Parts: sequence; C-alpha cells; structure tokens
Amino acid sequence: MGKFNGGEKKGMPELNTSSLPDLIFSILFFFMMVTSMREVSLKVQFKVPQGQTAVLEKLEKKSLVSFVYIGAPTKEFQAKMGTESRIQLNDKFAEPDEVQDYIQQERMNMSEADQPFMKVSLKADENTQMGIITDVKQALRKAYALKINYSARGGE
Amino acid sequence: MAKKRKVPGLNTSSTADISFILLIFFLITTSMDTDRGLARQLPPPPEENAEVKDIIVKERNILNVRMNSAGNLMLENMDGQRFIKLDELREIVKEFIENPNNSDNMPELHEENIPYFGKVMITKNHVISVQNDRGTPYKVYFSVQHELVAAYNDLREAVSKKQFGKPYASLTEDQQKAVRDYYPQKISEAEPKNYGGKK
Repeated sequence: MGKFNGGEKKGMPELNTSSLPDLIFSILFFFMMVTSMREVSLKVQFKVPQGQTAVLEKLEKKSLVSFVYIGAPTKEFQAKMGTESRIQLNDKFAEPDEVQDYIQQERMNMSEADQPFMKVSLKADENTQMGIITDVKQALRKAYALKINYSARGGE
Repeated sequence: MAKKRKVPGLNTSSTADISFILLIFFLITTSMDTDRGLARQLPPPPEENAEVKDIIVKERNILNVRMNSAGNLMLENMDGQRFIKLDELREIVKEFIENPNNSDNMPELHEENIPYFGKVMITKNHVISVQNDRGTPYKVYFSVQHELVAAYNDLREAVSKKQFGKPYASLTEDQQKAVRDYYPQKISEAEPKNYGGKK
C-alpha cells in the first residue's frame, strides 16, 4: 500500500519526453515516404486549366511520369527570354524539337518493364496558344510517347 | 573505482528539436499535391512512306468541332455549320453519340452483340473530329477535350446505372469493358493546319 501513498512530492510529475525524438522521427519518415522531392525548379510560370474533378484522372505512380512544362518565363528570365510561352524540360528551356530527345532520355532512365507504361504530363498555362502545344504533341507522337495527360485543376 | 568509470548519459533533450527541424525541412521541400489531369491517347505518328489513305466516313457519322484563334467554337455536321457556346457542347455531343431518335442527320445505328447487354443498337462508327488553330488558346482546347470526355463519361455512367444499377467505377472489369464497347470513345484530332491566319 505504501507504494501508492508513500511519495512525498506533491507537484506535477514531470512528463517523460525521452520517446519524443522517436515519435518525431517516425512522422519524419512518414512524410519522406508519402511525398516526393520537388525535382525541378520551375523557370516558367503556368496556371493549368480547370476541369471537373469527376472527369479528371489522378496521376499515379510518379516514377512513370515525365513532365513537360509550358508557360511564360518567370520574372528573372523575362529579360533574356521574353514573355512568350516557352517549353521547360528538366531544368532548362527547350525548343519543340528537343522534346523527342528528352522523351528518349526519360525512357532510357526507366526500367524496361516500366517503359510501356510511360506517361507524359503536359503542364501548360491556360493562356498559351495551341501552336506550341501542337508542336509538342507532334514531337511526342514521333517519340511514341502516346499516353499523355493534360494537367488540370479540379473543381466542381 | 567501478562507479567512476560509468559513462555519463548523453543529454538527448535536444534530439526532439533537431528532428523537428528535419521534419519541417522535408515538409517545405516536398510536395504532396496529387496531380490531376485529363488523360488522352495520341495517335501513332503517320508513317513516312505510307500512302496517304483517306478513310472515308459517311457524312452523317462525323461531327466536326473547330476552334479558331479567337477561341470560338464552330460545329459542322450534315446540317451545315454553326457557332456554339462551350456549355452547349456536352449535350450536343451526347445526343450525337446516342442518336436516340434514329434521325437521319445523326450517326447510323448498328446492331451489335455486347456481353451483358445482348443485341443493342449503337452508333459504333461515329467520329468526333477536333480541329484547332495554332492561335487557339490552350484553355479553349482543353475545355473542348474536357467536355467531350465528360460527355462520354456521362453516357457510360447512365447506361451502367440502367443496366447494372451501379456507378461505372464500381463495376467489374468485364462489365466496364462492355460499357466501353457500348459507347466507344472516338475522338479524332486532325493533323494540324493553320486556320484563320494568312494563307
């Protein structure tokens, strides 16, 4: 009995925080697993068009997806590149005829089993003119990257 | 002597803070946003040496959707051409695909044998052709594609509710395929041309 009321201190017992680091570490690992590192720094700015969430499909398996960004260069590049829409592949600006090489390269980086499932996501600004997008689409056809995805915002 | 050799415990009270900083770093540098988008399939490239063969499609089976550089939509079928607004497109396309009244200016109905459905009349030869100008805003092009896909989705959803009493997404693979056969997606994109500009 003395076990329970033998204590002499009356104040609040201190909370044992020795497991706190482990706790935080597990949250950290959780986030590291579910999120993906932002791989490229964007040099173009774009606002993707809006569609209905029910119609749009989720882009799964990021490892199978290559991105093509199309939009006006960001402020710091506007002096050099102008404000016309440009294509960005990986970390640099590109011309439409470079798309084919880029797709080949992306395909080489994939494992052979994954290659048929390759997808290309077009992240293009909604005010871009279709000319540049048509050029990209033609290049994608030539590279046999036929599964494409027009990136969009969800909405009602 | 034995007591003195004891290693003093490391003070770990700051480990929590360190891992917090790491956690926040990862939260900032990573993105969790799930990308959504409109999935489309491009046709394979035309073969270089192949003869250009025009596939002849009956006029009543074609619905042309054209976009000019100002972003206006024009619809062209047997009845002629007319300008339409974007929000009319979905209903027009749905009626075109379905041809509920078997009208002469809509795609012809063929009898098809589809699993789960049996013999049904469908417009399997219809084609929706999309043409755009180089100056068309991407927004308009995207919306048109979006409306076309939505029209097909609506029809498939309706028929799967009617036939199976369930939404399309919860059907089995075979049933989904049957529904897809019932309303096959036939969106064709014309080879790029320059409309409305200087010839």
